[in-house]
Amino acid sequence: MAHFTKAKNLHDWLNQRLAIDTLNRVLATEYWIPKNINFLWAMGMILAITFGLLLISGIFLLMYYQPNIDLAFDSVNYTIMQEVGYGWLWRHVHGVAASVVFLIIYIHMFTGIYYGSYKNGREMIWISGMLLFVAFSAEAFSGYMLPWGQMSYWAGMVITNLFAGGSLHADGLVEWIRGDYIPAQAFLNRFFMLHVLLIPLAIIGLIGLHFGALRIPHVNNQDGEEIDFDAEAKKYLAGDKANSKVIRFMNDFLAKDMMVVGIFLILFFYLVFYHYDFAMDPVNFDPANGLKTPAHIYPEWYFLWSYEILRPFSTDVGLIAFAFAQVIFFLLPFLDRSPNAVPASRRGLFKYWFWAMLIDMIILTAMGKVPPEGVFSAIGFYAAITFIGLWIILPFITKFEKKV
Amino acid sequence: MKELFILVVVTVFTLVTYYLVEPFAHSQMHKHIESEGFTYKDLPALTKKGDAARGKDLVMGAGACVGCHSIEVAGMPAPMDPVTAAQSYGVNPPDLSNAGVVFDAKFLAALIKNPAHALMLEHKYNEKSGKSYPMPQFYGAGGDMDQEVADMVAYLQSIAVPQEKLTPNMAFEVACGRCHAIHYQYNLDGKLHAPWTQIGEKPTFKHKQDELAFETKVLDYQDALTKYLGTLPPDLSMYIRSRGEHYIKTFVEDPQAYLKGTAMPRVGVTAEAADKVIEHLENVGDSKRHKREEIGKYVMIYIIIFAIFAILWKKEVWRDLH
Repeated sequence: MAHFTKAKNLHDWLNQRLAIDTLNRVLATEYWIPKNINFLWAMGMILAITFGLLLISGIFLLMYYQPNIDLAFDSVNYTIMQEVGYGWLWRHVHGVAASVVFLIIYIHMFTGIYYGSYKNGREMIWISGMLLFVAFSAEAFSGYMLPWGQMSYWAGMVITNLFAGGSLHADGLVEWIRGDYIPAQAFLNRFFMLHVLLIPLAIIGLIGLHFGALRIPHVNNQDGEEIDFDAEAKKYLAGDKANSKVIRFMNDFLAKDMMVVGIFLILFFYLVFYHYDFAMDPVNFDPANGLKTPAHIYPEWYFLWSYEILRPFSTDVGLIAFAFAQVIFFLLPFLDRSPNAVPASRRGLFKYWFWAMLIDMIILTAMGKVPPEGVFSAIGFYAAITFIGLWIILPFITKFEKKV
Repeated sequence: MKELFILVVVTVFTLVTYYLVEPFAHSQMHKHIESEGFTYKDLPALTKKGDAARGKDLVMGAGACVGCHSIEVAGMPAPMDPVTAAQSYGVNPPDLSNAGVVFDAKFLAALIKNPAHALMLEHKYNEKSGKSYPMPQFYGAGGDMDQEVADMVAYLQSIAVPQEKLTPNMAFEVACGRCHAIHYQYNLDGKLHAPWTQIGEKPTFKHKQDELAFETKVLDYQDALTKYLGTLPPDLSMYIRSRGEHYIKTFVEDPQAYLKGTAMPRVGVTAEAADKVIEHLENVGDSKRHKREEIGKYVMIYIIIFAIFAILWKKEVWRDLH
């Protein structure tokens, strides 16, 4: 057993039992971060803060929400929005954060792709990040069901139908997932549980994994420079802060993180108070009606690109393309065969691949929302083909890239 | 400088995506209908100046309005209770006390002369279908018909509350309340209003039997209404959020423009009454809007101060690092 002495003060008392000085050193003051990283590296902190906002606002909403198909809609739109003090504020914080969190996730992902931060030992950071993306997607979808509005209901119907697997006709599987033939009480109950318990737990665990995955390979930097962290840290600790290529996480990078967070929160609260409706589909303010299909059924904006990969094809081909789109990002570290972990601008054809992928996904997103008619359905079709094609050519164009 | 450039790139891609998913997609999914400001250009202008006293005689006598309509302010009670009236006519004929302030004068005149035309329901009530609108058209009392109609309109305007006294609540009840329910309670001037049913505000009952009797009446009324219109008109509690101000206004102005063949009549409200109806729907479905704006100001000030301090802290910390 460890040897304990009479504590000199509370800090000493805690330090003997929890090693708080060591923890502080390892997690904060001697957690070394490259100096040459820009504000895009603060997206992780923004995501952590937004997740915190979602968690806290969600807990308040949970106090009044009723997971019952007859009461759910009014418990959100009447009880929470109008009767509960500041219920409207929590609801708008939750709703806006749910949408904004995906914007930041996409910026975070494309930052990683642009700077090659998934390569050379950083594969686990990328994979754990993609797992987080999937978990956030499931979290968003299950949460979208809860107000039991028209779009909730029909999105639930459409998405669960995908599990029938087209010609496989796995209808039994769909019923098993729903707990009924149509989305009904059992369906709402299980999505409620998933949204408030199981998926948040998974997310918290995955955040731990994602942070842990950063520990050994360290954060990439905007020049793709391979830094000798030990040597640079020694320089820093010796007092040569200006010439050291690394900085402490706390307070050095944290100060920059918080600056970006501060600016982000201005935008966030502007949206909460003055433009809260951007994140909420008006159709979802009609109560769910299983007998009346909405004119257009579409998911929230952040799922539109993958929805559009499903839509322009026949059912079976569409499902395969959809499944492809869901898993392919996981394989990015292995499909990119270039030895370089440098910004896309300094690489070969990958430079064009990156911007083509980004623009293609924006086109898919736009086409996923508009009705699939005429020119839109043609654009959607070619954009979906382009998406798949870009992934197929990726290993070939990166294989011949010279080391820089 | 480089970071500023990156910020511009991120912002541009974000805004392009936003534009495509929101304004652009909506313009493709919903046709835009411009309001004509409730001028009812298709209806003829009133050429005669009405005389309220003569109008009163017509409304009470030859016009036969009070055969079906109540005029509470003039001491004319409804000939039937709402449920029986709905079972007879399909919908309870409105009380005319405030018709003169809620509805446009041109519209009222056209309604008296040819209801199906004014209400834009000629697709449903015509010679071919053999159906006639429950309200018979006025063929004149023997004199100059335009003058008689103008007199009746003048009378209705003379008994109505003045424009400034028309509350959002009243405008809603007169214009929408006989077909549309609102099951949300709402606070107005410190008073909590009970849910609105098509037969009136739901009272508080001491005994369950009385409450059930009331609810039965509502259901009977809704049955008659459903038979008459083909479907039960939607509850409007959340319409300010699900449809928004522009849609509601232009829909009320000309329902056929959105839903060709709909059983919803043109309501014929004045622009002022339409604003009141919108205000009522906001009171019901977005009751915290004033609070939201007020608190929003303070939160924005707080968060800007926070951001300024965060920037200063960063500058302080990074001074040594460069």
